[in-house]
Amino acid sequence: MRTVTVVGASLAGLYAARALRGEGFDGRLVIVGAERHRPYDRPPLSKSFLTQRPPAAMELEDLRLCDQDEEDALAAEWHLGTRATALDTAARTVTVDDGRTVRPLRTDGVVIATGAVPRTLPGPPLAGVHVLRTYDDAHALRTALHDGTPRVVVIGGGFIGAEAASSCAALGLPVTVVEAAPLPLVPQLGPDLARICADLHAGHGVRLLCGTGVAGLRDDGTGRVRAVELADGRLLDADLVIVGIGVRPAADWLTGSGLPLDDGVVCDAGGMTSVPQVVAAGDVARCAGVRTEHWTGATEQPATAVRNLLAGSTVARHEAPPYFWSDQYGVRLQLAGRPGPRDAVRIVEGDPGERSFLAVCERDGRTTAAFAVDRPRPFMRLRRRLATGPPGDRGPSGTPAAPAGAPGAASWPYCSAASGRRCAGPTPGV
Amino acid sequence: MIPVCRTEDLPEGGAVRIEIDATTPAIAVFRSEGVLYALDDRCSHQDASLSEGWVEGCQVECPLHAALFDLRTGRPSCLPARRPVRTHEVTEADGMIHVRPAARGTAVREDAYA
Repeated sequence: MRTVTVVGASLAGLYAARALRGEGFDGRLVIVGAERHRPYDRPPLSKSFLTQRPPAAMELEDLRLCDQDEEDALAAEWHLGTRATALDTAARTVTVDDGRTVRPLRTDGVVIATGAVPRTLPGPPLAGVHVLRTYDDAHALRTALHDGTPRVVVIGGGFIGAEAASSCAALGLPVTVVEAAPLPLVPQLGPDLARICADLHAGHGVRLLCGTGVAGLRDDGTGRVRAVELADGRLLDADLVIVGIGVRPAADWLTGSGLPLDDGVVCDAGGMTSVPQVVAAGDVARCAGVRTEHWTGATEQPATAVRNLLAGSTVARHEAPPYFWSDQYGVRLQLAGRPGPRDAVRIVEGDPGERSFLAVCERDGRTTAAFAVDRPRPFMRLRRRLATGPPGDRGPSGTPAAPAGAPGAASWPYCSAASGRRCAGPTPGV
Repeated sequence: MIPVCRTEDLPEGGAVRIEIDATTPAIAVFRSEGVLYALDDRCSHQDASLSEGWVEGCQVECPLHAALFDLRTGRPSCLPARRPVRTHEVTEADGMIHVRPAARGTAVREDAYA
């Protein structure tokens, strides 16, 4: 393989590029990113990024995932502000559009890491209505939040909605969260833990309205939002609306490529698509029937996908249990594993009433997931146990192995203590 | 020197977090394989407390994103952390553990940027 094109220049795309160089790929590495920005970290965008007041606030530079030295070492050809519009696996091209020209890039291998895009409400766009995914989204939202005292309505009570609401509440703004389901986060957490998370809102003066959808947005006659109309007829006055109703995989550009698409790019547990020269990782990838939208998955899956891409077949599978965290209302929530709707929830330590506890979800005598509120240390022990199986499955030393994809999985040695300033990547022009 | 805790309060594999004053970043003191180490408590990647991390050999793993830091040097040995954390002098005598915080503004060693 002489040229590999990574489509997507956010977390999964960058980790794919690192993994390629880490695996010794010394050919031409092309990275295509729809945003004009170099790779940056998104988790703070719904948290501290929103609450800090300019000019002392966090900026893009503080979020960068890759410094100049590492970029030099990656020796990649960056096409930023450039959208991929088509993939032709027979001709081996990725068609890209930088807003001025549309042209095909020849490539031997492709890593699809285009992520996901926020779902939006139907209807014409209105001023004052925000989504929260990218740096530009967050910057626009922060600017609006710090302009006076807007009344905020958050549509969607998922993690993004909850974190955004928490940040708005921290700024002292009046906030209402609207959730169509009877309770937010039930699919992700199960009903018992979802109830505990829902109670965090009220505990911080945020109104949570559940069980009612949104009928539409009302504008003030000048193209700016004025109110949110609920399905039950209620009107919520709003100066600012944050739409957090989930994302859809950014896979539209692959329509017509022949790759199977079904809520993302269909691939096996190793990120391999139906075409051996094409792999997928991160939010866009539906691996072995499961699509995750977590930061950790986007850092772990690329290493597996890249190994398989270079091997030409599935030699590695990504099997680490999903893990994510959320910071809201001054507490840290952490979940590892896959809780099922009928799992029994057992509090292992602490007290949900005091907003500090560790719980496990259990099914048929097995632990399916661990969930913690402000209990990072014991949570970490449980998470490692989930990743390595029950104690009886451990190696002879009894030492748990590192979770798959955690330390060591990405072998790009640029940041290794042993490597000093060594650059593992090829010199430019190779 | 600033007292941290009594010897018996920091067992093997354990960690203690101390806050000194409002302007000094919190320090985490670890005991691993019989040796004491002291580092800035806050992960250099994002807001997480290394004292709540997983200690193994001469490394601590951040509880939030699994970045690894060398307890001896404060250098990260894997992503997502890229910047080192500061190390501090730590001593144990007469049943007490003490740290001497590195001078404020002490830059982490430039060569620590691997």
